[in-house]
Amino acid sequence: MSKMTMVQALNLALRQEMTQDDRVIVLGEDVGVDGGVFRVTDGLIEAFGESRVVDTPLAESAIAGMSIGMAVYGLKPVCEMQFDGFSYYTLHQIEGHASRLRWRSQGRYQVPMVLRAPYGGGVRALEHHSESREAFWAHIPGLKMVIPSGPRNARALLVSAIRDPDPVIFYEPKAVYRAFREEVPEEEETLPIGRSQRVREGGDLTLIAYGAMMRPTLEAAEELKRRHGAEADVIDLLTISPLDDSLLVESARKTGRVAVVHEAPRSFRPVAEVVARLVEKAFYHLEAPVARVTGYDVVIPLFSREKHYLPGVARIVDAARNLLSAP
Amino acid sequence: MPKTRITLPDSVDHLSILDEHGQVDTDLDPTIESPLLLRMHRTMLLARRFDERLLSLQRQGRIGTFPPISGQEAAHLGAVAPLRASDWVVPAFREMAAELWRGRSLESIIIYNNGFSEGSRIPAERNDLPISVPVGSQILHAVGIAWGMKYRATDDVAMTFFGDGATSQGDFHEGLNFAGVFQLPVVFVCQNNQWAISIPRSKQTRSKTLAQKALAYGIPGIQVDGNDILAVYVAAQEAVERARAGGGATLIECVTYRVAVHTTADDPKRYRTDAEVEEWRRKDPITRFQGYLTARGLLNPDAVKTEEEAIAAEIQTAVARAEEEMKALGDPLLMFEHAYAEMPADLKEQRADFVRFWSAAQKEEKLV
Repeated sequence: MSKMTMVQALNLALRQEMTQDDRVIVLGEDVGVDGGVFRVTDGLIEAFGESRVVDTPLAESAIAGMSIGMAVYGLKPVCEMQFDGFSYYTLHQIEGHASRLRWRSQGRYQVPMVLRAPYGGGVRALEHHSESREAFWAHIPGLKMVIPSGPRNARALLVSAIRDPDPVIFYEPKAVYRAFREEVPEEEETLPIGRSQRVREGGDLTLIAYGAMMRPTLEAAEELKRRHGAEADVIDLLTISPLDDSLLVESARKTGRVAVVHEAPRSFRPVAEVVARLVEKAFYHLEAPVARVTGYDVVIPLFSREKHYLPGVARIVDAARNLLSAP
Repeated sequence: MPKTRITLPDSVDHLSILDEHGQVDTDLDPTIESPLLLRMHRTMLLARRFDERLLSLQRQGRIGTFPPISGQEAAHLGAVAPLRASDWVVPAFREMAAELWRGRSLESIIIYNNGFSEGSRIPAERNDLPISVPVGSQILHAVGIAWGMKYRATDDVAMTFFGDGATSQGDFHEGLNFAGVFQLPVVFVCQNNQWAISIPRSKQTRSKTLAQKALAYGIPGIQVDGNDILAVYVAAQEAVERARAGGGATLIECVTYRVAVHTTADDPKRYRTDAEVEEWRRKDPITRFQGYLTARGLLNPDAVKTEEEAIAAEIQTAVARAEEEMKALGDPLLMFEHAYAEMPADLKEQRADFVRFWSAAQKEEKLV
């Protein structure tokens, strides 16, 4: 065990998977010599050579399209998008092909590729470097959309994503990259894709979040306890799609009061699906309307105003108090 | 600093071996062995007759919309003929003769075009991708497959097809660029059939040829008479051999013509003249090839007649078999299959929801 940042933990996952499986190929812009702009692939080219850590020309659609071909051929490409804001060039390749080739070939081919992209705000970046567009990918059947929240689950989920027979979009909360360290075991560790986790136990209300929003959500839970005597059940989605609703439903039935937290804009985003599942499966247990603590339906502001856009502890606590005071 | 001139390649070859009357340029004749020539002829003829039959099936409402290939047989069949089974073909959607050559069954084409996904299943012995509809997007998959071939140190080759319209897409340029940078064993075959639905070749690009686009990416490009199967074969063979030997990618522009509709939902009278179509009909790839084969003593009118009869019977059998097979298809539950390797819990719920509704609806139907 050693204490690692998320960047180091992701690097460990790549390194170990590449060591034990020569089908795993890392490719993308600046992933080789430069080690990736966030250094997630640091040192891999020295360890595995140019044939397995591939600096590509600057063309996101081609990185995704080539990865599809590599995956169909039997390799396991892990391609990096430098920022989520540039990953939409790949939307056509992912929607039109990566997610469909299993179906189109009626099971003959599969596309076991991983598309990694740093997402989200909070790092004082330029335009196109702070979005949270996970819903784009979650809208696509045949695809899996995974978002870890800390170093340990990031490592375990990336290993699972690489081994998964289906294409996986792996969004990395860049605000968490170096924000804190966690013990990450050297020995192999995986987490099942398509399973959410309860990360705090409580009976008064339910807070559902994922990715970079887990930290303010957990801090809010502590504040609710400290200052308002309320115990929150906190659930980390981990996989956005396919969505595992078993814990969400169980928790909502228990507490009857639910807030969903994400930094993506409010409308047509993961919160909508969470609410729909709760309405279908926990409607008669709900004591209050489900609260949405989210970004707004605008372009995420440049960093001087970013803190007003991103949900933080105070907004989560505010929403929770409204839930708790509902009759 | 002086203004200097950088010398670049500024020309591409145009290759033509059989003229419009089937006269061969003996210096360029690849003298392909006769069994292969006859097999190419049979596949061309089969593809043409099957295409015509598909059109009539469509007009009778027995299959859905499909993209006819008539007139383009040489331009794609000649390209795949030099390939071996371990090579990969990544088609667009108008290369039916090449698909037949690679082992696709007539039945599967009928079944697919009648709206059953079962028809796009690729059997284990074929290393090809299913057809790809979004124009040009498949080019990148061939590049990735070729990347894998190079990584695995095989001497296999990936060949991909696309039309003149695709050369305006970003994925085309990105694909050629990546293949050039990584020196990949891939052959890009452009079916320049002059029309992207209603947009003529002249409105796709200001470039004089499509083949010259290769030069910008540092790979060879060649333009061939796409209605001359010998020219297509020779260019493809050279490209395939270069790729096998580690010499990288090639772009081949086959100049051909779509004599039929874009798809059966298209009306070409809105954008082109009958005279233009007639002019191209006179350059028909099959009659030209037959002229050559006849001159070489490999074909005569009786042999053609026998071949035509055998092909008609083969198509008839395939249509009957496919229509019989389709009676057993149509289980709606198949739509839930092949989305994921393992069906997720929420999709299982949706499937169960459908099953509940469906069985109740069927019971009700029986009562009525």
